[in-house]
Amino acid sequence: MADSILYSALLLSSIGIVAAVILYIVSKKFYVFENPLITKVEDILPAANCGGCGSPGCRAFAEKLVDSEDISDLFCPVGGNDVMKLVAELLGKEVAEKDPTVAVMRCQGSCDVRPKTTEYQGPRSCAISSLVYGGETDCQYGCLGDGDCVNVCKFDAMYMDEETGLPVIITDKCTSCGACVEACPRNIIEMRPKNKRDLKIFVGCMNEDKGGIAKKACDVACIGCSKCADICPKDAITMHDNLAYIDPVLCTLCRKCVEVCPTHSIIETNFPPKKVKKLKEEKPKEVIVPVIKINVESENPKIDA
Amino acid sequence: MLNLKTQKLMLKTFPKGGIHPAENKITSSNDIKRMSIPKVVYVPVSQHIGIPSEIIVDRKDKVEIGQIIAKSSGFVSSNIHSPVAGTVTKLDKIIDSSGYKKQCIVIRTDPKNESNFKIPEFPLVKEITLSQKDILQHIIDHGIVGLGGATFPSHVKLDMKHDKHVDCLLINGVECEPYLTADHRLMLEKADEIIIGIQILMQALHIEKAVIGIENNKKDAIEVLKKATLVDDRIKVAALKVKYPQGSEKQLIKAILKREVPKGGLPMDVGVIVHNVGTIFAIYQAVQHNQPLIERVVTVTGKTVESASNFWVKIGTPIKDLIEEVGGLPEGTRKIVNGGPMMGKAIKNTDVPITKGTSGILVISEEEASRQEAKNCIRCGQCVFVCPMGLEPHLLMNLTEKGLYERAGNEDIMTCIECGSCSYVCPSHRPLLDYIRFGKSIVKNLNTTKN
Repeated sequence: MADSILYSALLLSSIGIVAAVILYIVSKKFYVFENPLITKVEDILPAANCGGCGSPGCRAFAEKLVDSEDISDLFCPVGGNDVMKLVAELLGKEVAEKDPTVAVMRCQGSCDVRPKTTEYQGPRSCAISSLVYGGETDCQYGCLGDGDCVNVCKFDAMYMDEETGLPVIITDKCTSCGACVEACPRNIIEMRPKNKRDLKIFVGCMNEDKGGIAKKACDVACIGCSKCADICPKDAITMHDNLAYIDPVLCTLCRKCVEVCPTHSIIETNFPPKKVKKLKEEKPKEVIVPVIKINVESENPKIDA
Repeated sequence: MLNLKTQKLMLKTFPKGGIHPAENKITSSNDIKRMSIPKVVYVPVSQHIGIPSEIIVDRKDKVEIGQIIAKSSGFVSSNIHSPVAGTVTKLDKIIDSSGYKKQCIVIRTDPKNESNFKIPEFPLVKEITLSQKDILQHIIDHGIVGLGGATFPSHVKLDMKHDKHVDCLLINGVECEPYLTADHRLMLEKADEIIIGIQILMQALHIEKAVIGIENNKKDAIEVLKKATLVDDRIKVAALKVKYPQGSEKQLIKAILKREVPKGGLPMDVGVIVHNVGTIFAIYQAVQHNQPLIERVVTVTGKTVESASNFWVKIGTPIKDLIEEVGGLPEGTRKIVNGGPMMGKAIKNTDVPITKGTSGILVISEEEASRQEAKNCIRCGQCVFVCPMGLEPHLLMNLTEKGLYERAGNEDIMTCIECGSCSYVCPSHRPLLDYIRFGKSIVKNLNTTKN
């Protein structure tokens, strides 16, 4: 009895020793050198694996950072300047400092200002419904409201507002990874500089139709009147296809354009209210945080098959 | 009785899949009426597959009936002619049947110009005097495109490469879509013209064999065409079993000739050219009477419509004019479909104009149209069973839904003909075709970027 225990113990340990020797030899023989810096850089990166930098995941981005000579055009939008500075220190390379950006939603066509003219019963996905037709309203440039952007956001920085039927971006959580920009078939979401205190002015409309048609489809549509372009002291506003666009670099946030816009289609965020005139502009960017979870979960029940 | 049974058994059809939806061919016994001349026409510049035509008129220009207003801008493109005499009022963007605003030429009809209201009479011209080259030129000049629905410019099909040998011309008179009877009525009323149209094409292509495929639910049309083909023994009429989607090119070739078009190939690869009967009539008009394609037969129908019928409609007529013609929009209408119920597309508003590809306008009421809520796939395999292309629709949908486009491409998503049989039979009301169509568009983009 004692023998058999002894034999099996010996046998097993000898197998273990042989295996260990083989594994040791093999690991030496087939050793692949990997720059230890890669792991170090990866540790600094935010590990969000969002793909916002253009690489498939943080590990791949770390490899790219270590391997490339010039990393000035590589940028991790999630980590921002702080992370990139750490990486630069570690690698002894130079990085360009970038202004932090944030996603903005360039459509204000909520249910009450942009009436529905048709009803769609197909699958609720922006990508599919945009393939079929111009949307349930008469505006073929605006938000379809099926929430593809919300579904791709990995940072819980977006939710669908059930009252307006539009997605809302929670600026504090937005890492500007750009997933929503790619997901939107209408190109409505834009990355704009965050500025100090998150002050932003932008045109909240994508409608390229002529004034009358645009106004008929949506009360807050840009009608292409050029009033904002005329008043802008810095020539930051350009008109293209009956639509104004505010250049975020040239704009000095003077807010003159906001006042002259007859359809209130220019959005300003996080500015203190003006003393004389009361501010009518709604602020879709300002968010009550507790609502988020509930809304996100009620979106799109998954159909499994 | 036995005779009838064996005859039924012998009817040709394609072997794989297919469905038989309720036919609802309400308008099959009504003559084609002539639609009153619309006050304004909206002529889209992109009415065919390929490059949109180039506008050659300007605002305030006076145009004559049949004058070219947009010129073909490439090989796969087509001329567009003015359907009425009048004045160009606008070059504007109008929502067309794609659901998006597209460039249109808006022409106001001149009520004083008599050519608008003259109903032209065309005596049957039997003799074919033009050479092969001239026939082709006539087809190009008069803007003939496939009228079956895909609107492929017809001259492209006729401009043959020399390495391909084509031995058979198939004429598509199947009209397998429920409700639609435009081709059916055309075959009954213009049988002789269609036969001459076929002869024109046979001469142009040096083909000695032509078969007209007609489904067996149009017995009168089979009868009429059989009688008309007595003059030419090279043309045959084939009665086909009633099955959807037999009007699809590939299915029709398989049904009549038992030839299979290779994956990603064209009918030309198996020596066949397929044309719709409507196209054949348009070719006859273009070659024998120099008539451009400015009007077509459109079925305006629906169970609730007061006086459903077929109409000769000018291209560019807004759909609301047609609806008025049949007694206005009935109450409880949920959807207006451009085309048949299976392949057609719901339109956004009634200002959408008739184009060269519009074969029918279908008014569907609330109870018929509403889609039911999609439930889980129960793995019944119905969609696989009915798919005429031998695909697995449930798999293609799931792959698309999960974003696995490359695998969807490997599962031959591109061979889907979008007939909608899968969505029709699905007991869980899953939007199979919606997803497959979306997947196709992505895979197509992937393939073009790869090349």
